[in-house]
Amino acid sequence: MTVKYTKEHEWVRVEGGVAVIGITEHAAGALGDIVFVELPEAGKAFKQNGEMAVVESVKAASDVYAPVTGEVVEANGSIVDDPASVNADPEGAAWFVKMKLANPSELDAMMDKAAYDAFVETL
Amino acid sequence: MAGKEAKPLKRTPLHGLHLSLGAKMVEFAGYEMPVQYPDGVLKEHLHTRQKAGLFDVSHMGQAFLTTTRATLGSDEAHADVASAIESLVPGEIRKLKKGGMRYSVLLSEKGGVLDDLMITRPALDGEQGMLFIVVNAAMKDADFALMQSKLGERTKLEIADDRSLLALQGPSAAGVIDAILPGAGAQTFMTMRKYNWNGAVLFASRCGYTGEDGFEISVPDDHVEAFAKKLLAHPDVAPIGLGARDSLRLEAGLCLYGHDLNKEISPVEGAIDFVIGKRRREEGGFPGASRILKELAEGPAKLRVGIKPEGRAPAREGVEIQSADGKRIGEITSGGFGPTVGGPIAMGYVEKAYAATGTSLQLMVRGKALPASVVELPFVPHTYYRG
Repeated sequence: MTVKYTKEHEWVRVEGGVAVIGITEHAAGALGDIVFVELPEAGKAFKQNGEMAVVESVKAASDVYAPVTGEVVEANGSIVDDPASVNADPEGAAWFVKMKLANPSELDAMMDKAAYDAFVETL
Repeated sequence: MAGKEAKPLKRTPLHGLHLSLGAKMVEFAGYEMPVQYPDGVLKEHLHTRQKAGLFDVSHMGQAFLTTTRATLGSDEAHADVASAIESLVPGEIRKLKKGGMRYSVLLSEKGGVLDDLMITRPALDGEQGMLFIVVNAAMKDADFALMQSKLGERTKLEIADDRSLLALQGPSAAGVIDAILPGAGAQTFMTMRKYNWNGAVLFASRCGYTGEDGFEISVPDDHVEAFAKKLLAHPDVAPIGLGARDSLRLEAGLCLYGHDLNKEISPVEGAIDFVIGKRRREEGGFPGASRILKELAEGPAKLRVGIKPEGRAPAREGVEIQSADGKRIGEITSGGFGPTVGGPIAMGYVEKAYAATGTSLQLMVRGKALPASVVELPFVPHTYYRG
């Protein structure tokens, strides 16, 4: 199973033709205590790098960008009800959306785990 | 930013302590300050409300203003220095009791707030004729320059840049302080007393910026680290960063200068008209008195109010406020998530007709109109100790 990462600190895990998308441990840690999450509804389509979701900590609001082009097939309502779960398990249970990939080749240019970890080290 | 020369940030004497406590440091008012410690803003906020939080506010400006026209130590000397500062602020300073303090504002000639500040009359007989003043970090140079230029030779302004300032806030604060500075626990809200601690002279004021009972303590720079460590040694005391300081003061409904107050806004519009003393309302004689007295009589065009968004989305500074029928009526000046409230809270200015508690509003967040309403401030009750 492939997991890819972006410089905007999103992760994408491809399962069949569907991409599960969330934010990384590093992003959740940098944001601090997350108190609000806004997710797109199923059926909504995004271009790669389009503003897809919003996360807010006590201090500030941040956009989450669509790491790939595609259509949302499912949003994770549990993180809307319990925003703190994004801090607890950002790369597991607290995924944001599942998207139907329009252009799987977009994944090729993204970082793998080792490259992303090296990128975070440079920040 | 290209072409802009970065000015080196100033540090407080507690810089090393902050780093050793794992603080995340950010720029604030030209200083490198702790925004949070490893616990994070949410836990720091709740800890302050439940036990006690220690804040480094040494970036704020401290000064002594002394009359040059009367011998120190008399009521006349106090009346003289009080009259001098009353030419810049609308507060009743002359009638301040010995050891008492007031929240006040420096006013422009147009009646706008140039800064908010604390003015304290010393408790000791021999120090009458002097006032202790604490102003905001970002405004301190301008404030002190204004005092010097407007008051001239009548007073001497001595900037206490060799003193640090700590705030200890929360229900455990009084017990913690009283064990170190015996007697401080008996001080009532808005009073200051001097203490000797390990050879240093400390000023402990029962006040703060969280809505909680607590103290602000002025400590000589060369003693502040030892004093801070002494406070932190108590199991109830945790270090708290600027992040939680902001969410605490927002829940307490207190203004942040440069956001909820600025040089265009009058204290009447800012809903802090309690800073205008009774005698001053009758006599005037402060900058911008004509505008301010008119607003007191007729009501201001706009007013600062508390705002409760109905949903879970925070509405932050700059968000447009609309009436229920979609008319633009103002803007959010402070907003975010209140950890004790457990949801979003905000303050902002609305046209007077929409300022009544219960008025329905819409907040334009990311292009969507979110329902909200005007609520009474504070969001969390103050727990000041009044004896």
